[in-house]
Amino acid sequence: MTGNNEQVRGKARYAAGVLEYRKMGYWEPDYDPKDTDIIALFRITPQDGVDPIEAAAAVAGESSTATWTVVWTDRLTACDKYRAKAYRVDPVPHEPGQYFAYIAYDLDLFEGGSIANLTASIIGNVFGFKPLKGLRLEDMRLPVAYVKTFQGPATGIVVERERLGVFGRPLLGATVKPKLGLSGRNYGRVVYEALKGGLDFTKDDENINSQPFMHWRDRFLYCMEAVNKASAATGEIKGTYLNVTAGTMEEMYKRAEFAKELGSVIIMIDLVIGYTAIQSMAKWSRDNDMILHLHRAGHSTYTRQKSHGVSFRVISKWMRLAGVDHIHAGTVVGKLEGDPATTKGYYDICREEFNPQALENGIFFDQHWTSLNKMMPVASGGIHAGQMHQLIHYLGEDVVLQFGGGTIGHPHGIQAGAEANRVALEAMVFARNSGRDYFAEGPQILADAAKTCTPLQQALDTWKGVTFDYASTDAPDYAPTNTPS
Amino acid sequence: MRVTQGAFSFLPDLTDQQIHTQVQYCIDNDWAVSLEYTDDPHPRNTYWEMWGHPMFDNPDAAAVVYELNECRKIHGGKYIRIMAFDSTAGWESVRLSFIANRPKTEKGFRLSREEIRGRSVRYSITPYSTDLPEGERY
Repeated sequence: MTGNNEQVRGKARYAAGVLEYRKMGYWEPDYDPKDTDIIALFRITPQDGVDPIEAAAAVAGESSTATWTVVWTDRLTACDKYRAKAYRVDPVPHEPGQYFAYIAYDLDLFEGGSIANLTASIIGNVFGFKPLKGLRLEDMRLPVAYVKTFQGPATGIVVERERLGVFGRPLLGATVKPKLGLSGRNYGRVVYEALKGGLDFTKDDENINSQPFMHWRDRFLYCMEAVNKASAATGEIKGTYLNVTAGTMEEMYKRAEFAKELGSVIIMIDLVIGYTAIQSMAKWSRDNDMILHLHRAGHSTYTRQKSHGVSFRVISKWMRLAGVDHIHAGTVVGKLEGDPATTKGYYDICREEFNPQALENGIFFDQHWTSLNKMMPVASGGIHAGQMHQLIHYLGEDVVLQFGGGTIGHPHGIQAGAEANRVALEAMVFARNSGRDYFAEGPQILADAAKTCTPLQQALDTWKGVTFDYASTDAPDYAPTNTPS
Repeated sequence: MRVTQGAFSFLPDLTDQQIHTQVQYCIDNDWAVSLEYTDDPHPRNTYWEMWGHPMFDNPDAAAVVYELNECRKIHGGKYIRIMAFDSTAGWESVRLSFIANRPKTEKGFRLSREEIRGRSVRYSITPYSTDLPEGERY
């Protein structure tokens, strides 16, 4: 970090031509962020020969007021206030050439209650900026004043549980498989079997919308027949996430209205519909007593690689503001990307009222949620009953555990698969509450429960030892530190 | 059929000793434990009859198990559930709920369908038990 970083002031600052960003006022190492500032933490990888401070200042500039050259019209504005300020640049531990840049933005740069507006600034132009090899938005500190401009989750964890009448255990779900090709009638069969067998929810997959093999109204009608039949068979409230994702808002509203008319307790959207559409559906859900499930379809294109993109913890924060009730947030033990420490960070963002800084979980800032509802994280993808102790240990109680293959792939059918999962879950929660070391004794607890539940024994035998043990691409950069006692 | 509401309905019926462990867990978390009973197990019957108030400030699960057995003496042929209430800010609702007593024979539910507008159906679930007047159901 060499070179002259002094801000140029006065007449010289506005002389026509090009000036380094750090000299234009986008680098202020003495800046003390205000409580009302939005702070963004970027991982920057400057091109060879580009000074990291200049790179950080450029990110601040390009994500706020700057353009590539000096413009005199700055002087018609309170430009000192509107300039984002890079105020700290740290080398990333063990990653030569990468730096963490802290950038503060005045609240007046943003329109309240609009993720679209926030993201148009923060991840708008700047990710294609040539002097950087890579840029990743790692975390954001959202001030209380800004959080309060959002509705937040339409329903929230507590009211979702009250509506379902399910307390004290994780919820259980399954995604209908095969994800494409089933007719409406056959699809509803899977829903009925899974719900009757003991699951709380079934789920459309992200790409089930309205295709030649099954148009949306058929799916909704058959699914609700299945939901109501299962409810009558068990005395429980059941739900199926009816995916209303479509090509236009008008079409999504139409599908959501039909789901409501049929008495569904929950609808579903995909992340790919976009932030504004998500906020609209969240508002609709609040107005219509609907739980809103979000499938994070597409996120791995920009969340997975650490060198470039947006961390999923930031997406989680935006989605809590935007107002969804469920969000897929990783399983730790399943088939999809998910380092345990990083995943804990996501879950905390979903479920806590306050997130203290926790570098070992990738959380860089204290974050208050100002009583915005809590989001229910959803764990889905390659999990099975034999992992129940691990799932509860890593993911806790307020979570939807979704066993798709782990239900439908049971050798004795879908109902048996659902029953195996429910028995495993209840046995594990019971053991935990009884004070047993359920994480260590998990396999024994499951084996004991299987003595009175043949389907569980069959599930344990079928998926014995199935694990997905690969190195994670998105582990935290900081190791846990021991606090001196 | 078996009504599978609550956290532990898929396990074999709990013994009093097992119920004690779960109640003590609630008490140790500072939740107030309460008993409720009903002869109408409709999934949307939120308000079962209260067997007294939630037991605030009660340190001992044995007191809850005692009350459960008192409740059973009068309502043993009905559903009895144990609920734990958490007054923590941001929750202020139920934390655990499980059935601790159920009728010997569970009558289940009738699913009624009313065809409306095209292929749409309006569904209604009715417990068979509520076909009889109160007091004669179980």
